[in-house]
Amino acid sequence: MSIIEGRYGPNVIITSVDKIFNWARLSSIWPLTFGLACCAIEMMCTNASRFDLDRLGIFPRPSPRQADCLLVSGTLTAKMAERVRRLYDQMPEPKWVISMGSCANTGGPYWQHGYHVVKGVDQVLPVDVYIPGCPPRPEALLDGFLQLKELIKKETLAKKPA
Amino acid sequence: MLVTPPNRLLRLVIYKNNIMDIPAYIERLEEKIGTDNLQTNYPHDQLTITVSRDKIQEALQFLRDDDEALFDHFMDLTAVDYIGKQPRFQVVIHLVSIPKSQRIRIKINIDDDSAEMPTITGIYPAADWFERECYDLYGIRFAGHPNLKRIMLYDEFEGYPLRKDYPIRKRQPRVELRKPEVRRSDETVEPPR
Repeated sequence: MSIIEGRYGPNVIITSVDKIFNWARLSSIWPLTFGLACCAIEMMCTNASRFDLDRLGIFPRPSPRQADCLLVSGTLTAKMAERVRRLYDQMPEPKWVISMGSCANTGGPYWQHGYHVVKGVDQVLPVDVYIPGCPPRPEALLDGFLQLKELIKKETLAKKPA
Repeated sequence: MLVTPPNRLLRLVIYKNNIMDIPAYIERLEEKIGTDNLQTNYPHDQLTITVSRDKIQEALQFLRDDDEALFDHFMDLTAVDYIGKQPRFQVVIHLVSIPKSQRIRIKINIDDDSAEMPTITGIYPAADWFERECYDLYGIRFAGHPNLKRIMLYDEFEGYPLRKDYPIRKRQPRVELRKPEVRRSDETVEPPR
């Protein structure tokens, strides 16, 4: 017998559709991990026991069809951009994109020259959260997810005023 | 006073006021492929030979199999683009001899813009991907290579990006970009000539 059983009578919970949808979405962000370079090491570390993203309901998925967030961590090359785009297109709506690290944000050390690097994931995908750092600390990645949760909280089904 | 027997004079090279001892197998290699096809030097304290393009397979075969050389380990193959000079390209090969504990650097000058040299995969199979990389980035064609195609870039890529005349601003994206690239300034940066 735990503390919650037997405490409440039969009840009705009233909330808005927006609230319950957003609550469900932000409480179980399943990112499709897209580790491309050294940022992926920090991402793995954040997923592992020390920082434990799972306690925030964030659980990495290997398949785009089960994911609702694309976490691009690392240098996006022109050759890889096509694959990222294809995986993004395979993800079900609603979907969000987190760009992790300087390379994914702007191209990083390849930001001006370089025939091979896409100068930012936002040239290929719509990005919701940018995490600066080279590579970002696990705390920064955690903060990025918390910012994404704040974003999801503001989403609404209602038509936006013109 | 330096007393050297006459037949030993061939083996000494003066480099930065130091007299370097050139191993005997280099002399034998010189006899084999001809003096015109081989120059020996000692930059950065490493034995370096420049071999003419047509004799490279013969020279490498010798360096691998000679009892004193025994260069059994292929380390590296890359190229340099000396744009504006003749010869324009230089292919550099590094070899290591594990039994004899010695290293050698081999340079091949490629003097025309067809940029072609014979493959060395018949002698060192490990050179396969190195030659493909060299072809991919420098456009040097290795005649006789079993599978000479791009190894890192995609097949639709035009040009050879590490050549000095490749436009520095040229981009070849495979997907449509959502917005233009952010640039520090609009001035064009020309590669050094």
